[in-house]
Amino acid sequence: MKKGRVAELALLFPALLCLFVFLPLLLLLSGSLTHSAELSQLLSPMLSGGEGFVSWEFVPKFPTLQQYVELLLDRPQFFVMFWNSVYLAAGSLLLQLVLATPAAWWFARNKRRWGKRLFLLYVILMLMPFQVTMVSNYLMLKATRLLNTHWSILVPAAFSPFPVFIMYRFFRAIPGQVLEAAKIDGANEMRVFVSIGAPMGSAGVASAMILSFMEYWNLIEQPMTFLEDQSLWPLSLFLPEISLDMAGVAMAASVLTLLPSLLIFLYGQSYLEQGILASALKE
Amino acid sequence: MEQRKQALKRRMKGLLFGDAKQTSLMFLLPSLLGMAGFVLIPFFDVVRRSFFSALGGRFVGLENYRSVLTNDAFQLAAANTGRFLGSCIPLLLLLSLLVALTLYFRPRSAQLFKTSFLLPMAVPVASVVFVWKLLFSDQGLLNGLLEALGHPAVSWMNGGSAFWVLVGSYIWKNLGYTMLLWLAGLASIPDSLFEAARVDGADGLRTFLHITLPLLLPTLYTILVLSLVNAFKVFREAYLVAGSYPHDSIYQLQHLFNNWFRDLDMDRLAAASVLVSLAILALILCLRGVLEEGREDE
Repeated sequence: MKKGRVAELALLFPALLCLFVFLPLLLLLSGSLTHSAELSQLLSPMLSGGEGFVSWEFVPKFPTLQQYVELLLDRPQFFVMFWNSVYLAAGSLLLQLVLATPAAWWFARNKRRWGKRLFLLYVILMLMPFQVTMVSNYLMLKATRLLNTHWSILVPAAFSPFPVFIMYRFFRAIPGQVLEAAKIDGANEMRVFVSIGAPMGSAGVASAMILSFMEYWNLIEQPMTFLEDQSLWPLSLFLPEISLDMAGVAMAASVLTLLPSLLIFLYGQSYLEQGILASALKE
Repeated sequence: MEQRKQALKRRMKGLLFGDAKQTSLMFLLPSLLGMAGFVLIPFFDVVRRSFFSALGGRFVGLENYRSVLTNDAFQLAAANTGRFLGSCIPLLLLLSLLVALTLYFRPRSAQLFKTSFLLPMAVPVASVVFVWKLLFSDQGLLNGLLEALGHPAVSWMNGGSAFWVLVGSYIWKNLGYTMLLWLAGLASIPDSLFEAARVDGADGLRTFLHITLPLLLPTLYTILVLSLVNAFKVFREAYLVAGSYPHDSIYQLQHLFNNWFRDLDMDRLAAASVLVSLAILALILCLRGVLEEGREDE
């Protein structure tokens, strides 16, 4: 009994790390609920360049939704950016769904050596950071006149090897006999895929979509490189442009940007976990 | 002759539309063509360009490579990137392994912790940029805390400590992801082995060194590769908090690429892209060679 207690003490370690995880989020949330007058007083050393240090109230003296109201009513750009984000994320996901799902299916069902080599190529491309493929993407987008349009984000996203890689794992796990049986019963390729493959691999599709959403809701490099026109920017790139003296609005906007991502995270956590684990299985 | 033609026709038909042995290539084709057109062929074009000068298109041999490798900014950025990878990855691996070990043997509390540690993955970088500024600016919260403890203020983002701020934010973001991968590795070790070790009287440390650690090695390869990929994404934090020209200690290859791109310095950019992709490929193959040696492929 006593030994059990001591063993539970080990949980203190992850608990302490949890504080480190939650601290920035608490700062953000409390800041967004603080009245702008109180906030500028707290932040005054940073804003006016005076003496002393910034202080903080984790529980605001006068909690208010004023910042949110101001953001939603007085700042039409916020809506433009928000819809840009929604459009880019939803468009990327949709294109990936249409293009990556059948490709993953083909790789999972393929038994030939050149198919495996091709898959290795997808994996290698997946591991390359954005900066390495930036020039080649840029040249192609320039040649096709897609630069400075939302398509400059959507087209490279559509052909990203990442969702193919994640879904492949799940399709791979479907037992071959089930599919053979369907084929013997006379179902054609398309039918086997639509009525057996897709439903049985749906967890994989969901995982890939959630991981992709996290990525495309968080776009920084791509819009920065390919979108010159600020009115096309997603929220993720616009937020840091809000200046410090509008701290309250910036924090409210940050919370609102975080919200869709958080909801999807909480709703799809088990798919997210499955997706992460799928990325770890070796080929 | 006619027979061979027929056979070839049958093979092509099988390849494209599927037959008893294979799945129709039609499933793959849209993705493959797009990938080839937008990624692969342009990349070969970049390789070609790296041997030519952008102005006039003259063949210059290895001149662009020489110009990149002798460039001071490139040397600084490459060294910083190396130092960053060499510090943040071992730290992340160690911390996440400790958390995974703690949670693995206490499944009742594990779920809540998993959710907490995964949460930062869902937080867009832009949302916390303001908090980062609040914490780390010269008159920010952290310095206020230090002052209260009687310690002089530190210039977090404009000194060598910027490097550690970046390492910290990498760990903040990736701890949950990596921990989950370790947990999966631990789950693949049969419980009977732990039982047997206990029956034989091995203590916790010996069990860990002789059973857990060796059996986790296969997991290590994938964790290293994925951590490497994610390590390049800290550019987002670094750029949004400190801009195009941050303190020297966090000026990484990503900054350099970004700046050269803005200056449209295509010669160097092409050569640097080829160099960095080769380096990453070599690193991955090396890790694979060292860690996967003797293991059979699927």
